Amino acid sequence: MNPRAYRRFKSHVMVGLMGVAVLVAVLPLLAILVSLTLKGASSLSLAFFTNTPVPAGETGGGVLHAIVGTLMIVGIASLIGVPIGIGAGIYCAEYPASRLAGITRFVSDVLNGTPSIVVGVFVWTVVVAQQKHFSAFAGSIALAILMIPMVTRTTEELIKLVPVSLREAALALGYPRWRTSLTIVLRTALPGIVTGALLSVARAAGETAPLLFTALGSQYLSFNPDQPMAALPLVVFTYASGPYEEWHQLAWATALVLILVVFLLSVAARLATRQRFSSNG
Amino acid sequence: MTAPHGPDARITSAIPPRTVFPAAEDFRSTHGDEAPCITVRNFSFWYGTHQVLHDLTFSVPQRAVTAVIGPSGCGKSTFLRSINRMNDLIPETRATGELIVEGRNVYERGLDLVAHRQRVGMVFQRPNVFPKSIYQNVAYGPTLNALIPKADVPDLVEDCLRRAALWDEVKDRLHSPATGLSGGQQQRLCIARALGNQPSTLLMDEPCSALDPGATAKVEELILELKRDYTIVIVTHNMQQAARVSSLTGFFESGVLVEMGPTRQIFTAPTHERTEAYITGRFG
Repeated sequence: MNPRAYRRFKSHVMVGLMGVAVLVAVLPLLAILVSLTLKGASSLSLAFFTNTPVPAGETGGGVLHAIVGTLMIVGIASLIGVPIGIGAGIYCAEYPASRLAGITRFVSDVLNGTPSIVVGVFVWTVVVAQQKHFSAFAGSIALAILMIPMVTRTTEELIKLVPVSLREAALALGYPRWRTSLTIVLRTALPGIVTGALLSVARAAGETAPLLFTALGSQYLSFNPDQPMAALPLVVFTYASGPYEEWHQLAWATALVLILVVFLLSVAARLATRQRFSSNG
Repeated sequence: MTAPHGPDARITSAIPPRTVFPAAEDFRSTHGDEAPCITVRNFSFWYGTHQVLHDLTFSVPQRAVTAVIGPSGCGKSTFLRSINRMNDLIPETRATGELIVEGRNVYERGLDLVAHRQRVGMVFQRPNVFPKSIYQNVAYGPTLNALIPKADVPDLVEDCLRRAALWDEVKDRLHSPATGLSGGQQQRLCIARALGNQPSTLLMDEPCSALDPGATAKVEELILELKRDYTIVIVTHNMQQAARVSSLTGFFESGVLVEMGPTRQIFTAPTHERTEAYITGRFG
């Protein structure tokens, strides 16, 4: 084989290998989506979204309580976690050399790698055990703890991406530093930060383990964050590990709803990035 | 300086024999005895322990264009960025001596930096418009500094865009994103934005180096127009540009002001041998 043909051969082999890698990477995702749709879609109906559960043995019933619960628990978690995360991220980006920023970065990285069940047990100890009852609010705290490090790190990275020349332009116009950071730098990085925050929300929406020890789950529609509350992942967990065939059906359907919720959040994140202004036109 | 002779250096530095110095004439006629706008006395500047400016002493006249030329790394940008203290962004810098703008030492304690930067506008090497609308880019400075009543802002924006020779090109899309403009338009918008603050002085750090020749010509025309009302200090690598726009030229080398004088004299009869070597393209 002459050298050129050999090079071409090598190129084809490598492209082939990469193609296989892509397939292997995408296959599980596709398999999950397909099997969820096949097994869950048949149980989906309008009633599934508007009803609360019926006693075991009866057919019908829905997961309205869990949809409401997930929205409330994740909503409160976002209200706590996103502002704290963005604030910490701004601090780390503005004072990158400070000791506190170094500590924050380190702690965030460690927390990002902490199994979520550990956070659940921790919140159980400091909130649930103190209050002596499970509550949706405790679940929100657990999820917020998971969200903060993610939001902190993405915010910092995105602020660092804002060109120095923009900061200089604002300072040269006589902007004080805090104003430069908030109106120019943060504003420019905002679409990316929104994406990061939404992705962390999506991740939190799918968490099960931290909620087992905190929000606990419930069979009833509840709007009181001081009481146990249902959430989609908890419902999947309960139904899937239950003994009845109808429950297994419901678990599939609920899982499909959960995936849809996460998918919608991801799409929203994508749209938010697309509107990003580029800074050099 | 031992920078190699690139082909570029020759092209940009060879001054044609019959270059006109349009700005030189009226410098002599109209700016003979006005008080200087910027006075530099024994000014030195350090990055950490590295001294980049050595004992500079000279002055810059009001309402004229003063060009600063010199090889890369000679400290000309550092000097320019000292005037509005943009070097403050870099940690561990130190300045000694005096740099007086409109009667105040820029490096004195207690200087109101915000007010100072409002009086001394800056245009950067690359256009750095804010990712906002064209209108907002110009309106931001005056609104922030509360220079004029809110109701007058639209008129000021129009005035600044006219002065920057951009109004006719953007008047129909004032509220579309500034990032959609061409590079040359963006740079003129940056000039308009600086004018919005109603400064007395404009600092320009190689304002045309990222522009094509057509856009460069427009910006140069604009500079000649603006010097009636503003004191302009321009750093440039392009010596033809210095010759075209400036009344006064200073030549820096290794952080030292080698020579400063009327532009015509610097380019036709420099007194210092290094200046001559630089402008004839023998180095730099």
